Amino acid sequence: MATLRLDWEKVNQARESAKQIAEDTNAYTQQFTTTTVERSICRLLGIDGVDAMGVPLPNVVVEQLISHQMLGHGAAYWLGQAAISLGKEPQELAEAIAKGELDLTQTDPVDPFEIRLWAEKKAEEAVSKIHINRLIRERKLREYGDHSGPLLYVIVATGNIYEDIVQAKAAATQGADIIAVIRTTGQSLLDYVPYGATTEGFGGTMATQENFRLMREALDEVGEELGRYIRLCNYCSGLCMPEIAVMGALERLDVMLNDALYGILFRDINMQRTLIDQSFSRLINAAAGIIINTGEDNYLTTSDAYEEAHTVLASQFINEQFALLAGLPEEQMGLGHAFEMNPELKNVFLYEFAQAQMARQIFPNAPLKYMPPTKFKTGDIFKGYVQDALFNMVTVISHQRIHLLGMLTEAIHTPFMSDRALAIDNARYVATSMADFGNDIEFREGGIMEQRANEVLDLSLDLLQSIRKDGLFRTLEEGRFAGVKRPFEGGKGLSGVITKEDQYLNPFIPLLMEESRVGSERHRFNKLQSEQGEKYE
Amino acid sequence: MSKANSPKKGDLASSLDLTRLKPYGDTMNDGKVQLSFTLPVPDSEVAVEAAKQLAMKMGLVEPMVTHHAPLGKSFSFFIVYGSLSHDIDYTQLHVDSVDVDVMTMEETDLFIQQNFGRKIRVIGASTGTDAHTVGIDAILNMKGYGGHYGLERYKMIEALNLGSQVNNEDFIRKAVDFNADVLLVSQTVTQKNIHIQNLTELIELLEAEHLRKRFLLIIGGPRINHELAKELGCDAGFGPGKYADDVASFICEELAARKQQN
Repeated sequence: MATLRLDWEKVNQARESAKQIAEDTNAYTQQFTTTTVERSICRLLGIDGVDAMGVPLPNVVVEQLISHQMLGHGAAYWLGQAAISLGKEPQELAEAIAKGELDLTQTDPVDPFEIRLWAEKKAEEAVSKIHINRLIRERKLREYGDHSGPLLYVIVATGNIYEDIVQAKAAATQGADIIAVIRTTGQSLLDYVPYGATTEGFGGTMATQENFRLMREALDEVGEELGRYIRLCNYCSGLCMPEIAVMGALERLDVMLNDALYGILFRDINMQRTLIDQSFSRLINAAAGIIINTGEDNYLTTSDAYEEAHTVLASQFINEQFALLAGLPEEQMGLGHAFEMNPELKNVFLYEFAQAQMARQIFPNAPLKYMPPTKFKTGDIFKGYVQDALFNMVTVISHQRIHLLGMLTEAIHTPFMSDRALAIDNARYVATSMADFGNDIEFREGGIMEQRANEVLDLSLDLLQSIRKDGLFRTLEEGRFAGVKRPFEGGKGLSGVITKEDQYLNPFIPLLMEESRVGSERHRFNKLQSEQGEKYE
Repeated sequence: MSKANSPKKGDLASSLDLTRLKPYGDTMNDGKVQLSFTLPVPDSEVAVEAAKQLAMKMGLVEPMVTHHAPLGKSFSFFIVYGSLSHDIDYTQLHVDSVDVDVMTMEETDLFIQQNFGRKIRVIGASTGTDAHTVGIDAILNMKGYGGHYGLERYKMIEALNLGSQVNNEDFIRKAVDFNADVLLVSQTVTQKNIHIQNLTELIELLEAEHLRKRFLLIIGGPRINHELAKELGCDAGFGPGKYADDVASFICEELAARKQQN
């Protein structure tokens, strides 16, 4: 692969600053849990379903503990005490609470050591389910083989899961590798996860565990016909970030949107809440072998992509370090960026290419997620198709991995089936015709692209150093990301942030960490083996 | 049409007749159009025939299926060319659109200075569950869009961008707190007409609180036009291809007209 001559000393400094930023932030957020973290623990302990009013049982359990101001012990603590003293399973306990027959905080006290043993045993059962899903994915990928080059990623967004399935199967047949089911608008601000299969949504479909299951089943079915593994993607963001992660881990999703800062900046979710939630959700995603996609592309749709390119790089560094703290290995870090500069700008192709190439070199093992042009799509589908072709070229030449396909009808409607097919045709044409182009060129030393990449690197190093100095929270308060100012105590969801008590119990953290570590080792071993296999063949 | 019968230059059939307007391919009144669509049947000769017949029902003469391909097992895609048999009397058309002389940013600032002697206060948001800020940002953000600076850059406009997913009650409350002259509402998601519901709710809330007349209410978005805006009870609507300067010019003209009336 051709490489840009980057100032690696600066890359190291930037990474070091980001590491410090993530560690400082984590040191603060580790003191807290949140309502959705505790609900996700309920889910992992097997609590599912809704009460007579349609309220999800994990919410019922956590609300009872909140009303007694007892959530600081952790849901696992109280469920453990009740389970031991009453001899019941968590699901039975939740159902009793829903019927108004049980107060978790009023059950007979049990030796905390006993509770811990109970919780660890339950946690092992849950993590083994996640482990099995992971092995199924690995087995299928081994059986079918996983292709190199960009994974073609398309969205479905009909609002109706059954219609989504029709569209998703057609897209897979056409050549899509990843199907993302866009969430209905506004779901990120719901403080609960809807339940069951759903057929109504605006601009997308509800993320529910049943919808996940239905789509997984459909993609496995079409994957078997095609002899390919079709990956499923959803949105692990908003006020229920870790709960969505649990659902994804249990239903074998493969890719999840999961950004540390997105909810704060673009959904006005409280910064403490999001940063606590992202940490636990990443632990789960890490253990489940799920590739996370970060949302840096969003900075570019709201600000100028040429001028704000350095904020993308800075955010990629920060997302990388938060991910590492949560035990998420590089091969699962789909760091995001986008092709969103003004198409009328002279040499804009070179700037886009430089940015993508730079990201590729700085994060060599990350399956980078590259987003297509959207902001300067106008409804002129003919121009839109050319914009997408240029974007596809950069994707292929600079070896991006997760290739979101641009739609020629972007800015008009959620994609028609034919829009998706045309997008796949476009991407495949470019991928075939330019397959080895990136390996066959060299960048001119000190040329436009090299200069541009180093300028962006300089600016992002400055930004990271200033964040390191002032702390991430103050940086967000002052609006230094995406020009959006967010107060420390402002935004949605702050009331769901709870200080952990001394007895706080979350049995999952060490188990999930271990699962990701072992999984990542297996991944590296398999990769090495297949590379050696290729050599001998 | 055989060669012998083909109209000569200057004949009615080959000259522009605005009372019988038709699409233009490469010859006047040839009526040529292109379209593409998907049929929920497997790609086959029967499917091609179905596409052709549908095109004829749309009023296309001599439709040509220039491309067809399977989309999965049970769908097929078509590109069709043909000559439209329909025409339109262009001279009888009337369209309700925002009709103002567009001023530059400097002209607008000067106009506001001279006519109002104070800054005009504009508050904007993408309201309801709509999470898209691209529209409101294009009009309000300093940087603007497509080379047209946003209202934040205007010296005589005080602009406040509330971003996305602002519910209507909050929007109205903040507009009152901000003492806004103008409300800008952007709606990007229009699936199942959710934007109509949301805008109707906003107007009902404003009317219930007797605030409707206090503000100039302007809406915008990819599926919004002036006619729809008026129908809903807004003061103006701006669709694709309109920028901050269009909006600012309308604001100036309308507020000045209202000032004169009072």
